[in-house]
Amino acid sequence: MKVAITSQGEKMDSMVDERFGRAKWFIVVDTETGEYQAVSNEQNLNAGQGAGIQAAENVSRYDVEAVITGHCGPKAFRTLKAAGIKIFIGAGGTASETLDKFKRGELAETAGADVEGHWL
Amino acid sequence: MKKSIAIAVASGKGGTGKTTVSTSLVCAAAAAAGYEATYLDCDVEEPNGHLFLKPRIERRFPVGIPVPVVDEEKCIACGVCGEVCQYSAIVCLNKTVLTFDKMCHGCGGCALACPAGAITEKEREIGVIEEGYAGDSAFSHGRLNVGEVMSPPLIKAVCSMGRGSALRIIDVPPGTSCPVIASIKGADYVLLVTEPTPFGVYDLDLAVNMVRELGLPFAVVVNRSRRDQTMALDYCKKKGVKILAEIADDRKVAESYSRGELPYFDVPGYRESMDELLISVLKEARQ
Repeated sequence: MKVAITSQGEKMDSMVDERFGRAKWFIVVDTETGEYQAVSNEQNLNAGQGAGIQAAENVSRYDVEAVITGHCGPKAFRTLKAAGIKIFIGAGGTASETLDKFKRGELAETAGADVEGHWL
Repeated sequence: MKKSIAIAVASGKGGTGKTTVSTSLVCAAAAAAGYEATYLDCDVEEPNGHLFLKPRIERRFPVGIPVPVVDEEKCIACGVCGEVCQYSAIVCLNKTVLTFDKMCHGCGGCALACPAGAITEKEREIGVIEEGYAGDSAFSHGRLNVGEVMSPPLIKAVCSMGRGSALRIIDVPPGTSCPVIASIKGADYVLLVTEPTPFGVYDLDLAVNMVRELGLPFAVVVNRSRRDQTMALDYCKKKGVKILAEIADDRKVAESYSRGELPYFDVPGYRESMDELLISVLKEARQ
């Protein structure tokens, strides 16, 4: 399956960005083959409002089944849900470590937003 | 009928004396025989003019903005609405359309662009306007609902009040952003109230640039003026900005304000300076 990991850089050894809407990059990775591509989310970094909605729209174009991130706010949650994308929270460390954790089933799928918008 | 004159009392920095000056100007207008004035408090996030003018509120009505409602039967999931919206208030994903009412600026673009005619609009309340009388002067202010971020539509509604009176004094929120622009856009003249402090002068510069950009005639009122603090005067001289009044720093004004009273009536000498300011600003605005 294809998943998107929120990241501060474009590589698998880049650190995870705990934010979803304002993450700099999404690393879209195939959990079976390990093939990945980095998708820029830069246009949302300085968004005043609605970064989560835009980011969810952005990531939904890459046919991912799940988003793996640190935290997820209410608007991003609603938008991802509508796009049929699962949300796993609690990610930390590098993208590659996060992928391993995800594969081992150590990250929890969230049934709701775990933070308010603009939580940082 | 004579044209109604609107004077906006603004500042860059908060706490320089906008409310003190604007409520005083309303009192000065009422004291000048036969001048019917209206006070409009556009600081809808935290209106405070009523604390001093103590109006009798006679009417209260809600103000809303139009937000989209999508008819799922008619929607063809083309995504045009989401492309039109600049504020992510409507998005089309996975054949469903999501709306986020609080992000919506009420422009109506999505409803216009929808090729299937699937979008209608409903009114979403963002605040209320209260109007009444304070002595002989008319009074209106807006109160933005708690948690609401979009104040300009309510501010514009406040600005549309009191059109029938000869003089309208607009108490503007601080800063130089959208709520300020919405408050001063329709004004005939802008008074920028500042204080002789580094913060006051720094923010005055932002405000001067803003009104110049808007092409509005304006002048400065230096509040809490002191002989040993000339920075506001120096700034105005350097930038070629007209100063209409210097109000001397007086502890009695702060004391009166802190009791919720109007310095116009209980601080000796203050009334005269405000009567004079009203005369000068009217003269300027009529030019």
